Amino acid sequence: MRLIVDGKPMEIDADPDMPLLWALRDIAGKTGPKFGCGIAMCGACTVHVGGVAVRSCSLPLGDVDGEVLTIEGLAQGGKLHPVQQAWLEEQVAQCGYCQAGQIMSAVALLDQVAEPSDADIDEAMAGNLCRCGTYPRIRAAIKKAAALKTAGI
Amino acid sequence: MSRLGKITRRALLFGAAAVAGGAAFGYWYVATPYSNPLEGDLADGEATFNPYVKIAADNTITVIAPRAEMGQGISTTLAALVAEELDVPLEALTVEHGPASWAYYNAAMLEEGGASAFYDESTTAEIMRSVMGRVSKVFGLQGTGGSSSTRDGFVKMRQAGAAARSMLVAAAAARLKVPAGDLKTSAGSIVHEASGRSLTYGEVALDAAKLSPPADPPLKDRSAWTLLGKPQQRVDMLAKVTGAPIFGIDVTLPDMLFGTVKLSPRFWAAPTKVDLAAAGKMPGVVKIVPLATNYGHGFGIIAQNTWAAFKAAEAIEAEWDAPEYPPDSAAIAKVLSDGLASPDGFVMRDDGNVDTAFADAPREKVVEADYSVPYLAHAAMEPMNATARFKDGVLDLWAGNQGPTITRRLCADALGIEPDKVTVHTPSLGGGFGRRIEVDFSLCAALMAREADGRPVKVVWTREQDMRHDAYRPAAAGRLQARLGDDGLPVALDMKISAPSIMASTVRRLFPSMSAPGSDRTIVDGACNQPYTIPSYRVTGIAAPVTVPVGSWRSVGCSFNGFFHEGFLDEIAVAGKTDPVELRRRLMADFPAAVKVVEKAAEMSGWGTPPPAGKAKGFAFTLSFGSWVAEVVQVADTPDGIRIENVWIAADVGTALDPGIIEAQLVSGAIYGLSAAMGQEITFADGMVEQSNFHDFDAMRMPQCPRFEVAILENFHRMGGVGEIGTPPAAPALANAVFALTGKRIRALPLAKEVTFA
Repeated sequence: MRLIVDGKPMEIDADPDMPLLWALRDIAGKTGPKFGCGIAMCGACTVHVGGVAVRSCSLPLGDVDGEVLTIEGLAQGGKLHPVQQAWLEEQVAQCGYCQAGQIMSAVALLDQVAEPSDADIDEAMAGNLCRCGTYPRIRAAIKKAAALKTAGI
Repeated sequence: MSRLGKITRRALLFGAAAVAGGAAFGYWYVATPYSNPLEGDLADGEATFNPYVKIAADNTITVIAPRAEMGQGISTTLAALVAEELDVPLEALTVEHGPASWAYYNAAMLEEGGASAFYDESTTAEIMRSVMGRVSKVFGLQGTGGSSSTRDGFVKMRQAGAAARSMLVAAAAARLKVPAGDLKTSAGSIVHEASGRSLTYGEVALDAAKLSPPADPPLKDRSAWTLLGKPQQRVDMLAKVTGAPIFGIDVTLPDMLFGTVKLSPRFWAAPTKVDLAAAGKMPGVVKIVPLATNYGHGFGIIAQNTWAAFKAAEAIEAEWDAPEYPPDSAAIAKVLSDGLASPDGFVMRDDGNVDTAFADAPREKVVEADYSVPYLAHAAMEPMNATARFKDGVLDLWAGNQGPTITRRLCADALGIEPDKVTVHTPSLGGGFGRRIEVDFSLCAALMAREADGRPVKVVWTREQDMRHDAYRPAAAGRLQARLGDDGLPVALDMKISAPSIMASTVRRLFPSMSAPGSDRTIVDGACNQPYTIPSYRVTGIAAPVTVPVGSWRSVGCSFNGFFHEGFLDEIAVAGKTDPVELRRRLMADFPAAVKVVEKAAEMSGWGTPPPAGKAKGFAFTLSFGSWVAEVVQVADTPDGIRIENVWIAADVGTALDPGIIEAQLVSGAIYGLSAAMGQEITFADGMVEQSNFHDFDAMRMPQCPRFEVAILENFHRMGGVGEIGTPPAAPALANAVFALTGKRIRALPLAKEVTFA
């Protein structure tokens, strides 16, 4: 089946029941999205499909109906996305394994809400588990990213 | 983490003799019995100065940070130690984990494994530390654990940088025909200011590496530090915000197959009846391999992709033997409580005379309580996985692991090859917390690779397999008794802790040819070595005979003893009508570093001001891994349940090498502990773990996360660890806050069995 991943068309030859995550990781060579639970409970696999944040571990390949954006396609022209830049400045990541999913959820949030409140952040990020406990810095980074985006950086 | 059993005791004998005889050990690179593992693998024009530094002709400077980077920031701090003395900016370095090698032994990991408390600086205690450190050196234990990596690396990594710098300067002096004393180093170059000439490190590296390393390279005084002591940009941050393939699970090799495992749902049990036919015929399945390792039995499924392997694993029909341990949580709890009632056990602290103190105690002066905690899974975000290739008698293994030399030895044993035919590659770990000191995921991949005709196999466990086949934080039970004096302070404290032995369990898996050690100090760690002065004070440990695999879970024994000890101290404060902070201040008067963190946490949290109605605070302190940590938790009663609003942490780490990373670790450790205290437990039925994924073994999430305020103190004269120290006080501070809010004294975790959290 034909997918557009990070702006590039690809032909994926796989069972339509295969979750998008495994098609991306094992077949398309996109290891940025991570496997954490397989049941949409942890958010490590979060990617965008048609601009919406989805848990790719639980989305069958056959149901993908839009362009797929992974963490690997977020930086444009060698420039980090403002959310990535904010993550860097706030030194968010510890082990870093959940952060691809956290960042993709945060990007989706900021696409919807330019200046999210704490409650907006709680709601948008509740599905992304972090065992290192980076939540305070994630919250700070989302606020910084909102400012960076507003300033056009 | 002294898990060396009888060998430790033998080492003690020769070690003590050597110390008493005044033997000098010299500097590590002179005295090390191990060759430089980088020497055999240099690129053209590249030079190595010691096991930690390589410099190429183009001035690419590579530092080996030979400890597992699992989020704790160790690659950054170890690199900064070298960079500080080498006079290069951190961002100019390439930082690598490097090969598995005995040269990278971790002396500090075992130093505190003896019987002495951290604050005990008697000659006997110091000899023990020295001996334990050399046990690690003799056995070449390259490991990451015990919050030991910076303590281990503090001198030797700086010496590595200083020695390399000194050799580079000497080579440049010879080249420029000027005295070495006229040269300065800056940002990877050697400069002769008088003539304006300069050379890069890369230009003289090959010459410099031929020189003899200096015996005593001077190290910078702390006042001259430019990197250490200040927050650094982490060397791994960019990779982690761009989704770079840095984790074991991201390993991609030509012609690679994929796989997963289906392990016995009962630990150690063998299959009694198996039908692989349906699974073997499923699309994409290449082969199903029976597995038998030090960890028990199971099957490995090799397939064309991970999803096909997962589906086939589900389709395997198997029946398994009965468990060798009590089959359910109630039966296990009975073994633990029987242990408390038995007269057996080992006494690891015995001040004054506890029996006499209680013999004539009036009933109203006695406080008694039983505490308990459940088994816990580590639940690192990256499920267990490893990639292996076995070709032409040589094994290459890629596995995020905390013990490369142990991994190499056990994988060699499993395949019947010599350890020098095994190469262990250690990528970044998506969380470790002690789980990845284990070797099960590596062994499974190695055995599966043997059946793959030389093709590499990436073996990824499902979350369910990960949750159900851990080396768990042991369940534990504590029985505590105190006698109060007329002033409300305790005059006697008697504490018994019954828990399965982590050391015995670990020896079975990692050192199967050794006998299990006698007294497992981890059972009483965090209870027997706290800086409180109580006239009669006894701590007894009992190893409970339950063989569910148990291992090191962030802060190990302190994870439950912190809760038992500090929860009970809160009960003593209430019974004796003493403020909990004042109680600590008085009992800790002999330990100024402890008093200072207690007072700092109290000050930050506004402890002296009673919180408004509907809010309450709880206090706890634990000395663990050489650091002194006080935490205050504030909770609020809300319509949705109890909300954790604020956490204040004051920690004395002796020397704070990177305050930014330390702050992150303290918050991380506290969240890890709060997550467990609120809701986590691993329970058993029919010999099998009942939980399977994050729906029934969850952790704190963004909406529950409190505000944190952290103070890092440096009053104590010895450096402490960082990675685990935030965890032990978190559970008791929360439980004590819940008591202050609700009047409910909850002595069994998780708290969510008794109260609801928002």
